Parts: sequence; structure tokens; C-alpha cells
Amino acid sequence: MYEFLTSIEFYNFIKGPMVWVTFIIFIGGSLYRAITLLQGAKKAKVIFPYMSLKYSLRSTLHWIIPFASTNMRKHPLLTSISFLFHICLILTPIFLYAHNILWRESWNIRWWTLPEGIADIMTLTVIFCLLFFLLRRLLSPEVRFLTFASDYFLLFIVTAPFITGFMAFHQLFFDYDLMVTIHILSGELMLMAIPFTRLIHMLFFWLTRAYTGSDFGAVRHSRDY
Amino acid sequence: MIKVFRKPVSDPGMDKTAKNLTPEKIEKVIKWVLEKEADIRLKTYIETCIHCGLCSEACHYYLSYRRDPSYAPAGKVRQTLWDMLRKKGKVDGETVKMYARIAYTECNLCRRCSMYCPFGIDIAYLLSLVRRISGLLQVAPQYLQDNTNSHMHTSTQSWVPQDEWVDTVQWIEEELRMEIKNARIPLDKVGAEVMYTPHSHEVTFKTKIMSNIAKILNVAGVDWTMPSRDGWENTNQAMHAGYYETMGMIERKHFEAAFRLMVKKIMSGECGHAFRAAVYDGTRWLGWKNPPITYVSAVQFFYELIRDGRIKIAKKIQEPVTVQDPCSLVRNRGLGNMLRFIIRGTCEDFRDVTPGYEHNYCCCAGGGVINYGPPWKFIRMEGGRVKVKQLKATGAKIVIAPCHSCHKTIEEMSDFYKLGLHVMFANELIVQTMEIPEEMKAGQ
Repeated sequence: MYEFLTSIEFYNFIKGPMVWVTFIIFIGGSLYRAITLLQGAKKAKVIFPYMSLKYSLRSTLHWIIPFASTNMRKHPLLTSISFLFHICLILTPIFLYAHNILWRESWNIRWWTLPEGIADIMTLTVIFCLLFFLLRRLLSPEVRFLTFASDYFLLFIVTAPFITGFMAFHQLFFDYDLMVTIHILSGELMLMAIPFTRLIHMLFFWLTRAYTGSDFGAVRHSRDY
Repeated sequence: MIKVFRKPVSDPGMDKTAKNLTPEKIEKVIKWVLEKEADIRLKTYIETCIHCGLCSEACHYYLSYRRDPSYAPAGKVRQTLWDMLRKKGKVDGETVKMYARIAYTECNLCRRCSMYCPFGIDIAYLLSLVRRISGLLQVAPQYLQDNTNSHMHTSTQSWVPQDEWVDTVQWIEEELRMEIKNARIPLDKVGAEVMYTPHSHEVTFKTKIMSNIAKILNVAGVDWTMPSRDGWENTNQAMHAGYYETMGMIERKHFEAAFRLMVKKIMSGECGHAFRAAVYDGTRWLGWKNPPITYVSAVQFFYELIRDGRIKIAKKIQEPVTVQDPCSLVRNRGLGNMLRFIIRGTCEDFRDVTPGYEHNYCCCAGGGVINYGPPWKFIRMEGGRVKVKQLKATGAKIVIAPCHSCHKTIEEMSDFYKLGLHVMFANELIVQTMEIPEEMKAGQ
């Protein structure tokens, strides 16, 4: 098993064709989900007639700016952690030096990279935020009541690429070859899971917010933040 | 897993009907509603919810029941919709009864949780689907089913027969003439400017309200009318029961009455749900985007009367006054400022509530809960604890509640918790403070 995972053939497979498969599933799946949602919304008849650009933007802005909504102000710790988490979660993999090398090797494209120290801090931030979410799930009664095995699974598939990446880079506990393989696999798993699990909120956030914002603002003349 | 505790309550509308259900029927109805009737919102909301529990603090039940997670909005969806979806509709009658209890009696469909969900998930929509399922299975509080039957037979909420309606209006008019010279309650006046829509309680046991409205409209010189036939009332408990066909029928009759009289606009009485049914749910069910005729709430109409100087205030109320923002009028229509304009115009000492406006807590009687009768009174008293705390904190002696549900339940809570609060409608406020020109006063 160890030999197989660390073999150059397998490494080349998950670094080459598997990445294509991952991105096709991630992008194709997301597009599919978005299109079926919009088609369903058209069929529902009570959604599009009430949409309003102004109020969609108003609502979205109030929920992507930290502390702009009442509920965010009620939970300062959770709000700070959530924002830190989502920012680091998205920025770290995109601007990580090691990832940028891969882009340059494959397609010769390059962009801004994060200094190693900062990337480390951001990775650890993601891991600690996820640990916080896990503890909140376990300890807070109102969250525990809503928790199923799938919630732990989601936490796991999001945490895995960050922990394994950190371990591979610093060569902690296991050797680099094994860790980097697991890291790539877990990253691919996370991307492929997005369209088909509740991680789809990455995409649906914008759509549900726009609808609720329009409904509250344009139809019911009140605020939803 | 946290244990869910509920007091046993016996309600024949739920106990007896749940016994008669067969698993096939339950499965058929659940599948019909969730797969055919529910639109894409159901699927999207269920799949977007990340189970974070941030909606909890929005719910007055959750706050009133000492932060019991089974009363949190997502907690209620978990016990109902998630359960149905997981079991693919294969549940027994007792489970349907539990769904019905949660959807009917532990949620007022006030939509406050939508303002607290990071994704803006309309949890009230999800729970109204559960109500629809329970309603189609006829597992609903008996009093609510009775109201719906009344709507079907008499087109009013409380079995007011046709002749009694006209008769009541006539004696109210007659009595009003003791105070206002030649006061009129014009029925069936074709081409009038406004059609007033009372709550059926305004002709059964709260006739003073109807008389107040007539007084205000007479003094302000409004050209108004009411239909003498079906359609004069649209409080629409069918909307709460999930009997949407009946809901649509009520609103259709209501709008048709207005078309028949060729009025310019309809003024809804101080009733949150009649307004909501006419402006949103019923209208959409009938296929219109917006009501087919200008539809204003009494709050907005009174605001306009005072703003335009058609009603003048003679002496303001001196006692400390606070406000109850009805969900259907404020969170779902943004009339908070107009309501405060009326109160500030008629009262010296106005003390606003915190949280107020769209963030106000529901009175715990909305969504039809006020109509469930004695078996469920406790749920309003217990679920309203956070409301009581909020009202107490203002130190006011009078609460202005321009909605029949809010009005009645706050009055009952005031008795139950010995708050000594006096609850008033906006029309009572205006009648007590407005100036009646000498020439309009009836001769002694």
C-alpha cells in the first residue's frame, strides 16, 4: 500500500489526469447545480418576478461585510472566526507558493504568492477555526441538535487538505512523499464534494441571499440584516 | 441526541384524525407536497443549510423556553422536514401528529429567523410546507379546522351568517348616531373611494372596533363602503391551516367584492393575517404578482389621515405607551414608522421597545396560534415570556397592538402574568384623542 501510494506512477496520475477530472466535476457540477436551481426558480413562478438587483446587493453586502448584520453583532467571536476561516480557506490554496509552482510548470502562468510564514499562519488559522466549529458542534446544544454524521464528515473533508498540506510541507510525522499524495487526494476530494454536498453553500449563498434580500426589500419593505 | 420534552395535550383535531391515517395515505401526501407542490426553494434551502444553529436566537419560542434547542427554528425543521425526507415519507400517524404540533403550535410563521440566517433561508416557508402536509392529512388543531370550515360555509372566520352581518352593521350605525350626527356605515356603495374590511370579531364580540372605525371614517369624511355579501371578511385562517384552495377562494371572493363595488382601494382592518393573506399568500396563489387593487393596512390609512390633517388630535394620552409591531405589518410590510407616527401623534409618553421594528419579537399568537382554543392557550402564555419581558422593560401602561392576534394575546398575557397592561388598537387611540367638530356631534 505504502509503495503504491508513494509510487511515481500514482503521483503522476493524481497530479495529472485526476486534476482534470476534479476540475471538470467541480466546475461542471457547480454549473449543473446552478442551472437546475435557476430552472427550478423559473418554474416556481414566485421567485423571478420579485427579484430586485438593488435589494439583492443590499442584502448580500450586509452579509459579506463583517458585523454588518444584527446576528453577526450578537455573536462577535463566531463572526470573527467565520470570516477569518472563509478568507483563509479561499486565499491560502490560491496564492500558496507550492501551488503556484504547479500552475507555472503546467501552463506557465504565475501570480502573486503568499510568503511562507503567512501561508503557514493562514493554514493554521483554518485548522483552528475548524477545530472551533467542531467544538461548537459538540458543546453547543442548539448546534448539537442539528448535527448528523454528515456534518462531521464535511468538517473532515475540509480539514484534511489543510492538515495534510501543513504536515507535508513541514515533513511532520510522516515522510513527504506519502503526505503530499494524501494531500492532493484530499484536496481533490474536497473540490469534488462541493457541488454534491452542503458545501454548495459556497455557490448558493449568493442566490438565496439575493432572493431573500429582494423579498424583504422590494416586496415587504423591510430589512433582512 | 438531546431529548425532546413536550407536555401531552389533547386536541381531537389531531388525536382522532391521526389515528385514522394509513401509512399509504401519509406517504402519498408527503410525496405530493414535497415533490410536486413545493418549489425549488425547498431543495435549495435544505441543501444550503449548514446546520450552524445561528437562527436559534431569532425565535421567541427558543428564548422563552430557556434556550431549548428543539424550539430553535432549524431544530423544528430537523424534527419535521429532515425527518420526513430521511424516512422518504414512510411515517406513522403519531409522527404526523408530532410534525403537526411543531408546525402549527411551535412556529408563528413570523419570519424573524430569515433575518438571522446567514443564507436568508425562509424557515417559515419550510414549516408552512409541514403545515400543508398536516393540513391535507387533516391533522390540525380542531379550532383551526373549525375556522376553516366556517370560511368555507359563511366566508367569515367565526360563523357570521349573512343576515347577521347586515343587521349588526345597522345597529352599530344606529348607536353611532348617538355620538355623531347622521353617521353612516354605507354598505354596497358603488364607486366609493375605500372598501373597509373588518375582522369578523368586529361584528361578533368586538363591535366597538367597528364603531370606532366608522367614527374615524365619518369624522375624516372618507368616502367608504363595505360589501353586504360574501367577501366582506378575509381573515383567512385557511392560510394557516394549509388549506390553500380555501385560502384562494376567500381572497378571490374578497377581491371580487371590491371589483363589484368598483372601489379605488381596499383598507384592511387592524388584522395582520388578513392583510398578509390578501397582499402576499392569497394573491400569489391566485396568480397575481401584487394585489389586483391598491391594498392598504388600517395603520397606513390612519397615518395618511393624520398626516394630511383629515383627523386632528385634540388631547394626547398622558400615560406611558409602548408598541407591539405586528409581524405581518412591520417585518412583512415595513409599516413600523407609520405606526410610530400615529402613536407619537396621539401620545405624550411613547417608549419604544427593544428590539423594535422588524426585529420585534412575535406576540406568539401569530400564524393562527391565537385561534387554537383552550387546549393550546398555555403555548401562547409560555412562548410569550420573552415578549412579556420586553414589554415590562419599557415600563409602559398601555400597549398599542394594531393586530387582532397580538391584541388578544397580549391582553391575555397581561392577565396571566399580572402585568396590568392595557392593550389598545390604533383606532381606539385615535378615537380617544381625536377632535370631533362641534357640528358633527349629535345633539344632547
